[in-house]
Amino acid sequence: MNVHEYQAKQIFAEYGVATPKGIMVESVDAAVDAAKELGGPVWVVKAQIHAGGRGLGGGVKLAKSLEEVRTLADEILGMTLVTHQTTAEGKLVQKLYIEDGADIKDEFYLSVVLDRKLEMPLIMASTEGGMNIEDVAENTPEKIITVPVDPTIGFQGFHGRELAFGLGITDKVEQRNIITFAQKLFKVYMDKDAEMIEINPLVRTRNGEFLALDGKMGFDNSALGRQPEIAAMRDFSEEDPDEVEAAKYGLSYVALDGEIGCMVNGAGLAMGTMDTINHMGGTPANFLDVGGSANAQTVAKGFEIILKNPNVKAIFVNIFGGIVRCDRIANGIIEATKITDVNVPVIVRLDGTNAPEAAEILKGANISNLIVGDDLGDGAAKAVAAAKGN
Amino acid sequence: MSILVNKDTKVIVQGFTGKEGTFHAEQCLDYGTNIVGGVTPNKGGQEHLGKPVFNTVSDAVKTTNATVSMIFVPPAFVGDAVMEAAEAGIELAVIITEGAPVKDMQMAKAYATKHGMKTIGPNCPGIITAEECKIGIMPGMIFKKGNVGLISKSGTLTYEGANQVCNEGYGITTAVGIGGDPIIGLSYKQILPMFEADPETEAIVMIGEIGGDLEIQAAKLIKEQITKPVVAFIAGQTAPKGKTMGHAGAIVSGSAGTAKEKMEALEAAGVKVVVSPAEIGKAVAEVLGK
Repeated sequence: MNVHEYQAKQIFAEYGVATPKGIMVESVDAAVDAAKELGGPVWVVKAQIHAGGRGLGGGVKLAKSLEEVRTLADEILGMTLVTHQTTAEGKLVQKLYIEDGADIKDEFYLSVVLDRKLEMPLIMASTEGGMNIEDVAENTPEKIITVPVDPTIGFQGFHGRELAFGLGITDKVEQRNIITFAQKLFKVYMDKDAEMIEINPLVRTRNGEFLALDGKMGFDNSALGRQPEIAAMRDFSEEDPDEVEAAKYGLSYVALDGEIGCMVNGAGLAMGTMDTINHMGGTPANFLDVGGSANAQTVAKGFEIILKNPNVKAIFVNIFGGIVRCDRIANGIIEATKITDVNVPVIVRLDGTNAPEAAEILKGANISNLIVGDDLGDGAAKAVAAAKGN
Repeated sequence: MSILVNKDTKVIVQGFTGKEGTFHAEQCLDYGTNIVGGVTPNKGGQEHLGKPVFNTVSDAVKTTNATVSMIFVPPAFVGDAVMEAAEAGIELAVIITEGAPVKDMQMAKAYATKHGMKTIGPNCPGIITAEECKIGIMPGMIFKKGNVGLISKSGTLTYEGANQVCNEGYGITTAVGIGGDPIIGLSYKQILPMFEADPETEAIVMIGEIGGDLEIQAAKLIKEQITKPVVAFIAGQTAPKGKTMGHAGAIVSGSAGTAKEKMEALEAAGVKVVVSPAEIGKAVAEVLGK
């Protein structure tokens, strides 16, 4: 789960991770009021969407007067922002963050992420602040410093020294400042079950202090149960409505741009099914994992979501029953045909737990365009043929 | 022969009396798994499914001499349960529970490693030695005894792969579902050499997916150490690029973890890589020269 910049900065503030002062607003008038309250003399008007590259997309601008704050807020609020991290359609800006301008001497990059290979958090830093860090890694990897922190010992002094010397910070006061900053940030990462924190840029002010000018945070979904204040920050309007709807029923759904709707149990088999369809000359319309507790109701919901997509020309139901019982899936298919008008061919392959019972149930069903697939390959081939109208 | 577990392995269940624990422990007992007891705090002294219940793993191990624990406790308690097992001298913990916080698994795995305890999972179907010992949630009937070892990140692809191998007239020695979470226990790198050393295993099926670089590490190891034929499938060739905010994690690993990259690395290591899971069975028949 991701949060907005203003929310990340609220969390930073709780831990004393320094940021410029700012206020989140949802209207132009509120933006001007916020600017007055902050005092100026310069402000930054920032679009709040869950994607990076906002500045380049025209979503972050500097205002030098209250009038300018009004003009920019009016311009950015309600715009559809397209960045390299959004889809081509972009994202609607519904919230702004009005922030005090900072006294910037220079810019750094700082993040904490999980290193899957080392199986521990890793602090990454660079003197190349404000740049796209993927480009820095590609072109000048020597400019990225990495400091793994074993969570069983936590952030120690030596971690901080590696960071400070690695960034070429020589002033003793500044060294202490960056070490304290990183230490607090690491505490945020651990305490809040973060998956990643990225500050780009981290700025050094002319006073030798460090400030998070931007803030991105992503959280471990598995830990949201014990992080209620983080869970409450979730902004559903930033997520795909179909994916959100599917998740309510325990379905994991991702829309794609092909023609064959897929309903599969297990993420691996779901991806494998898409790969097989693709290999046979078809195109998958979605990824859909019905999960381990699939029943008639969830399957019916899955059909409803798949059929909302007008590009779908056939549906391939591919189930290898383990904990998921095939008879429940079969009942779900029959249920779905009662609730929704299933007007495309449905190719069904059911194997594993209770597959014979499921076959009987489907035989009794009065579905005109139901095609049985004998195995994964056969089912995928029939789905590809059906989507092509054969 | 087999790897890691067999009919003599003494198994306890953590989260024994819960709904999931009960259902699957019963299935495992039916399969023939030597479950010698279970652990549920405050239910020590009772009997469940005809086996003794203990308050702590330590009590269970002292009384039963169990060496393996199958863990079904709720996600928030997985880390604790794994560390308790390690402390009590369990040699292998099979963690079935889905949704354990990543931070807890970092701590638990580090602690398990310190105590020399191996782990499988979390969020996995478990491990099965065909017709001997099932420690997990997989449908036992599809695993016929044979000469093919199987390792998979995905649960349902484990079943799909095993089923195809058996449909071709072969069977399975041991199948291990290692799970697809960011932090997992035993992986390809540790399990492949076990299959190499197992005299009954004649070929290995390895099923991976996008993300991380475990398959790349496996390719390197296969090239250097594995002489038995390996068939591999990597799921997610057509998956859209992750909808993450940044790619900082990918930079760390030095690669994007794409299916293409993994498939190429495995092919270069002499592995027979199939483009669809529908071709696993035939590929196994081919490498075994039928």
